[in-house]
Amino acid sequence: MENKSMEFVQKPLPESVLKTGIILLIAGVVIGVIGLLLDFDRMIFSYLIAFVFVTTVSLGALFMVSLEYITNAIWSVPIRRIMEFLASALPIIMVLSVPILLSMHSLFHWTHTEAVANDPFLSGKEPYLNTTFFIIRVIVVFAVWSLYYFMVTGNSRKQDLTKDQKLSHRNLVFSAAFIPLFAITISIFAVDFLMSLEPHWFSTIFGIYVFSGTVLAGLASVTIIIVMMMEKGYAHPALRNDHLFSLGALLFGFVNFWAYIAFSQYMLIWYANLPEETFWFLARWEGYWVVISLLLIIVHFIVPYIVLLPQPAKMDPKRLKFISIWILVAHLLDIYWLAMPQMHSDKSGFYAIFEIGFPIAAVGLMIVVFAMNYKKFNIIPVGDPKLQRGINFRI
Amino acid sequence: MERTDKIYGLAALFDSPDKIIHATESVVKEGYKSFDVHTPYPVHGMDNAMKLKPSTLGYITLVFGLSGAAFILLFMYWTMSVNYPMIIGGKPYFALPAFIPVTFEVTVLLATLSTVIGMIAFYFKFPVNAYPLNETNYMKAVSNDKYGVFIKSDDPKFDESKIRVFLTSLGGTNLELVYDLKKVTYDPFSPRFISVLVGVIIVVSGGTYVSLNKAMYLPPFNWMEYQFRGNPQSSSDFFSDGRVNRMPVKGSVARGFIPYEFTGVTLPENPLPNPLPVDEKVLQLGKRKYLTFCSPCHGDYGDGDSRMRGQFPNPPSLHTEKLKTWADGLIYHVIVNGQNVMPSYAHQTTAEERWAMVHYVRALQLAKNASEGDIDRFNKEFSANGK
Repeated sequence: MENKSMEFVQKPLPESVLKTGIILLIAGVVIGVIGLLLDFDRMIFSYLIAFVFVTTVSLGALFMVSLEYITNAIWSVPIRRIMEFLASALPIIMVLSVPILLSMHSLFHWTHTEAVANDPFLSGKEPYLNTTFFIIRVIVVFAVWSLYYFMVTGNSRKQDLTKDQKLSHRNLVFSAAFIPLFAITISIFAVDFLMSLEPHWFSTIFGIYVFSGTVLAGLASVTIIIVMMMEKGYAHPALRNDHLFSLGALLFGFVNFWAYIAFSQYMLIWYANLPEETFWFLARWEGYWVVISLLLIIVHFIVPYIVLLPQPAKMDPKRLKFISIWILVAHLLDIYWLAMPQMHSDKSGFYAIFEIGFPIAAVGLMIVVFAMNYKKFNIIPVGDPKLQRGINFRI
Repeated sequence: MERTDKIYGLAALFDSPDKIIHATESVVKEGYKSFDVHTPYPVHGMDNAMKLKPSTLGYITLVFGLSGAAFILLFMYWTMSVNYPMIIGGKPYFALPAFIPVTFEVTVLLATLSTVIGMIAFYFKFPVNAYPLNETNYMKAVSNDKYGVFIKSDDPKFDESKIRVFLTSLGGTNLELVYDLKKVTYDPFSPRFISVLVGVIIVVSGGTYVSLNKAMYLPPFNWMEYQFRGNPQSSSDFFSDGRVNRMPVKGSVARGFIPYEFTGVTLPENPLPNPLPVDEKVLQLGKRKYLTFCSPCHGDYGDGDSRMRGQFPNPPSLHTEKLKTWADGLIYHVIVNGQNVMPSYAHQTTAEERWAMVHYVRALQLAKNASEGDIDRFNKEFSANGK
């Protein structure tokens, strides 16, 4: 079982993958734009949801990369490139934030100057919640992520050619510096794009809540891709289900972590019963929202928990693929649940069917990004000193 | 340890984790079923090489975890919602979110405890602690820096000479034949064991008592009997007047006991109106209180014809013209203050009960002077009220 791995030739992906991605992307954007023309106030929220969804997938993958370096993990070395490919969407997503910045008046109540002037709460928050500072934060946050992405993947690709072990250590240092920055930037991201939709509300745990969903989204996307590559024979032939085990275990762990954080946020607000906090949950308890709120518990926690609980499930490709897709959908539902009750549209709900457009476009975007990266770069970090041990990894 | 001459199995040592994985795979391939592998630390890939099935221990954990969750939820439901319902923080009796942390803790507690106890009981076969591999050179080596394979003699393919050749061909060294242990049992009721047990109990409890209570003057528990508090009607060093009991602040009013403003006045000029409505509940209350406090003198129907008549200044009738024209507040005033030889009933009755008694007296007066028209009027009113 030793040294049987290095002669791996990367098979090119079939053209149909890229085509599927492009078709999904275009179809999604077309549906979305039609929706925007019909009901701008509703569809801009849908755009925001898809934007946050795609960011969390990318960012979760980037976080996994930094986690691998900082923990010196071995099992994830052969699949690290998948995470890097997903994370490469971050600079593109930064550009995609422009439509949001242009239509902030429809999204964020705190951009209404006359409302802020008459509201002591909002005028108190004005030093933070103002358009200029918001744009600066968006640029800084995405710049930090993109910078880390370019530094780490640049080193990793250089290592493919030079096999220089020092680059791994340099990436470890970058990752150690990135983790605290990541904690701050993701909190800013969560507060800006999701929490400030209801500017009167505040919850100090909100950043961690979004973080737990982010890691889940990244993990689930990586799991889907690696399982599909193993099924179709594009992955390294020495990869076994043992490599999937840690992905399954981490998925299971973060499903629990999400439930833990979500419940902590709910219980404190429920117990303290302060009107300035409870109204946010009350809005999600009115009308049909109560169905979605309760559904979220089942879809986002109970079902993945039961499916992933047995040990064999954490390394069974079929079950992992199913539950990863399930978790991605649940994550989308989670963002929907966070953002949509704050929507300001007063038109009837018919236009809601167009909301499917932007999430489809988001999936298409990730497929396109992955396929383009796959064409350009190695799918296995051939220069990584831990690669051989990673391929031989068994539980 | 005494050993029999029955062979328990054959052991061999290997030098590296790769070799032990390879050796294990070969042992499985050769068709041996009853064997074990010992390594100084968990070697990655061993479960797979040994073709181990997933452990069944997880089912014990699952069953006990779920029972823990069910038990504690039922327990909290019974204590907080059925047996002693208590409102805490304005939440419902069965406040599920508040119960979740407790449910989680008890689930985890029972799951982990049952896992550890189940492992010791079912897999280590407690209380049997004899294992033939203990105190062998093989065990000393594999708990230090070697990796070992051990094939048991109860394997159907066990053949000592063949296995020796086989294990050596895989690179095994220090082959060691292990003999079974002589079975030794200990009687838990033997006088020696009992006396040692009793001795340990006496020494430990006595030592604890003497060291804590006598040497360090610490009570073993905080007895509730001894509290830093003043008992009612006892003296106090703390307060300047030397009493434990405190007087209420001047002007304070007990809940439900609003003072009567005409206390001590003979008859008030502007008596209070009756605050209670006339309904069945009030009249029933008034009747009960009237029969308790008024009827011994005024008689069951207010005629003043009780057995006190003749033994005392005769109790007056409640059906005089004077009383019929009196305002409710004046009758109330007499109940509170008393009149002539009638004492005050302010301490036996509450304000609500007194007003109910006034209503009942009115009912008695009406009953004594009812006309047929009254009956019709009553029937109408009662049918209008749906009673």
